[in-house]
Amino acid sequence: MSTALLDRYRPAPGAMLLLALLIIGGLIMAVVAGMTDDPLFRIHSFIFVAAAVLGGFALTAGISGEQLRDEPDRYMDGVIRAGVIATMFWGAVGMLVGVVIAAQLSWPTIFYFPEAGWLNFGRLRPLHTSGVIFAFGGNALIATSFWVVQRTCRARLAGGIAPWFVFWGYQLFIVLAATGYLAGVTQSKEYAEPEWYIDIWLTIVWVAYLLVFLGTIWKRKEPHIYVANWFYLAFIVTVALLHVVNNLSLPIGLLNSRSYSLFAGVQDALTQWWYGHNAVGFFLTAGFLGMMYYFVPKRVDRPVYSYRLSIVHFWSLIFIYIWAGPHHLHYTALPQWAQTLGMTFSIMLWMPSWGGMINGLMTLSGAWDKLRTDPVVRMMVVAIAFYGMSTFEGPVMSIRAVNALSHYTDWTIGHVHSGALGWVGFISFGAIYCLVPWLWKKERLFSNALVEWHFWIATTGIVLYICAMWVSGIMEGLMWRAYTPEGYLAYSFIETVSAKHIENIIRTVGGLMFLSGTLIMIYNLWRTVRMPSVQGAEATPAALPAPVAA
Amino acid sequence: MSGPHKDEITGTDTTGHEWDGIRELDNPLPRWWLWVFYACILFSIGYWVVMPAWPGLAGHTRGLLGQSDRAEVAKALKDLERQRGKGAAVLRGASLQQIEADPQLQAYALQVGQSVFGDNCATCHGAGGAGARGYPNLRDDVWLWGGSLEDIHHTLTVGVRSGHADTRVSQMPAFGRDGMLDQAKIADLTEYVVAISGGKADRAAAARAAPLFAEQCASCHGATGQGDVKQGAPDLTDGEWLYGSDHAAISGQIHAGRGGVMPAWGQRFSPETLKALAVYIHANAGGQDK
Repeated sequence: MSTALLDRYRPAPGAMLLLALLIIGGLIMAVVAGMTDDPLFRIHSFIFVAAAVLGGFALTAGISGEQLRDEPDRYMDGVIRAGVIATMFWGAVGMLVGVVIAAQLSWPTIFYFPEAGWLNFGRLRPLHTSGVIFAFGGNALIATSFWVVQRTCRARLAGGIAPWFVFWGYQLFIVLAATGYLAGVTQSKEYAEPEWYIDIWLTIVWVAYLLVFLGTIWKRKEPHIYVANWFYLAFIVTVALLHVVNNLSLPIGLLNSRSYSLFAGVQDALTQWWYGHNAVGFFLTAGFLGMMYYFVPKRVDRPVYSYRLSIVHFWSLIFIYIWAGPHHLHYTALPQWAQTLGMTFSIMLWMPSWGGMINGLMTLSGAWDKLRTDPVVRMMVVAIAFYGMSTFEGPVMSIRAVNALSHYTDWTIGHVHSGALGWVGFISFGAIYCLVPWLWKKERLFSNALVEWHFWIATTGIVLYICAMWVSGIMEGLMWRAYTPEGYLAYSFIETVSAKHIENIIRTVGGLMFLSGTLIMIYNLWRTVRMPSVQGAEATPAALPAPVAA
Repeated sequence: MSGPHKDEITGTDTTGHEWDGIRELDNPLPRWWLWVFYACILFSIGYWVVMPAWPGLAGHTRGLLGQSDRAEVAKALKDLERQRGKGAAVLRGASLQQIEADPQLQAYALQVGQSVFGDNCATCHGAGGAGARGYPNLRDDVWLWGGSLEDIHHTLTVGVRSGHADTRVSQMPAFGRDGMLDQAKIADLTEYVVAISGGKADRAAAARAAPLFAEQCASCHGATGQGDVKQGAPDLTDGEWLYGSDHAAISGQIHAGRGGVMPAWGQRFSPETLKALAVYIHANAGGQDK
């Protein structure tokens, strides 16, 4: 490369530094792969090496091919397009695994190969949960937050090449976590299964994400920070804190995949559920509320219902949510006073959660007709309705007397899925249905009829799923506590399992319908991308709009 | 950003800000929302007053109701004991035979036994007690340690290879793994065992192994291979196999000499429960009367 060329073409800041880090990191991991005695650690070292090599080639090609231009006056949309594709890909994978394990619960011998232990329910279950929460949900949050923060700050993403590092670094985390689950790398903490070195990698990526987001807000050209960004920021900051504290552990060796948690006994349990419940609160609630606060008013073209409500419910949600974790440990070794606090803070959380629902739904005032005419709007409104339902159900289930019945039963699974499928799934689908025509410069989606099909199939699937889980959850809860007149348990555990066979099958069908809807969506989006672009817009990144006169 | 602005459809003022075309209305907090929020807070404060709630330097606030989970569990267990007590007292005073002979007593024991079996034994022996590879079938008339009421009761109490001081224990040597017999001899011995159990075997090989069987196996399994209940040595001629009946399974057992573990339930169950369980297992199997 000649100096003359360097003068003319300036690659995105940090590109050369990242390339150097990739080369050094790749070499170190190659040495680690050679030194370790732990076959699982070696596999993951090689995945790191492969990622460094692929990343190095791609970066070199990008720099020398003049594709990584530094264009401070334009929005950075390429990384968002990649994020949308990743969201839909991981969504389909995670939901497919969900259907497989639902089938395994219905028919225990299906997909069961004693000689292929990695296909067992125990290995596939974290693959499903992490696949949908972190791979699907996480990519949806990163991609939409990158779009929202740029548009509402009128600033290009900060950090030069860093957003691409965040995107690909996060994909590498997903691959490491997923292969680890199948191979048996786990620290046995629910929703935090990856081992110490994967946790460190995610921490690096997440801090980069935080800096990109903060940097973009820092250089904003709007005087105020839009409410969606408060929620995204709360999500990013708190998840960093939760992730780091819950994963504090001592590796048994620097060349070994195993580690011991810094916490033990009930302290470990409480730390885990402080993490676990706030993963729901800040990942699945705050993050997706950020999504809602941008895409709902944007799509229906109406103002947000109440600025004051958004402030009050934001701060009350943030302050109260963080204390609700102990309700996962009712009637355990956790001291009763801590259970009391967990329960009462969960009850106080009800209205702060509903503030988001009110603001979302009431934003439609003056545009309710769009529920009929625009299936994307309907999808987002139903998402908000499921959000309202599950944030009411949650406080109810946190009441100790209710929890005594519901805990450990399918009711919990149903509750999680009304939130995950109904709220997280539908609000993400709605946002992506909005984003794809904008990102690929299309006038509209390929087919509104297919969105209708997606909506009805998936909604029916959710209803089947959660109703089946209510029935089986309450039934097994009642069976577990039933005594014979002689004072002995009336049902053995296996009897309670076989009693829910039909409900398990209905759940499988419901999940299959939800997955089918997602596949319809992927087809629709793919056809949308293949449509001719809007005249004159091509595929160049959008320029920043001129400041609006004050 | 723009100045003061009124939303035309609702007639409400906006806050005057605008982001990417999005404005915000200046609506007040919905009253009902605010009141329900306050009510939830008040409820929580009330709950803290009456229940164990806030931690301090020395312990935590106990609450006006003086409620305690530990006390409630202790009380519930005591209630359960009382509920079980009536029937238990009758069982305690009766011998195993008397329980089985008295229809009323037996019916009671069977109910208790079924519940206890389902929650404790079914995990290994199966819901119906039919067992699985490595876990004995309790529905047939083949018993490693004897099938009389007393035998079953004793096995339940002390367990098998359980670590209990009086545990039932037998040890099949790992003839192959420990280098006591070579592969050819194990192969011959396998043919011999298959032959005496009535299976299709290589007669020449079986004949070669006959002195070997007398030397190595007969001390436990008996000269004719019919086993010995006193030592827990299985009958090799009855066609029932704990670890499989084919050649590979039998030679594998001669090679590695596996043996399972059953917990000593005497340490977990009350004497009445053990009796009820023995009666239940005896009644549901081809129990032996001797």
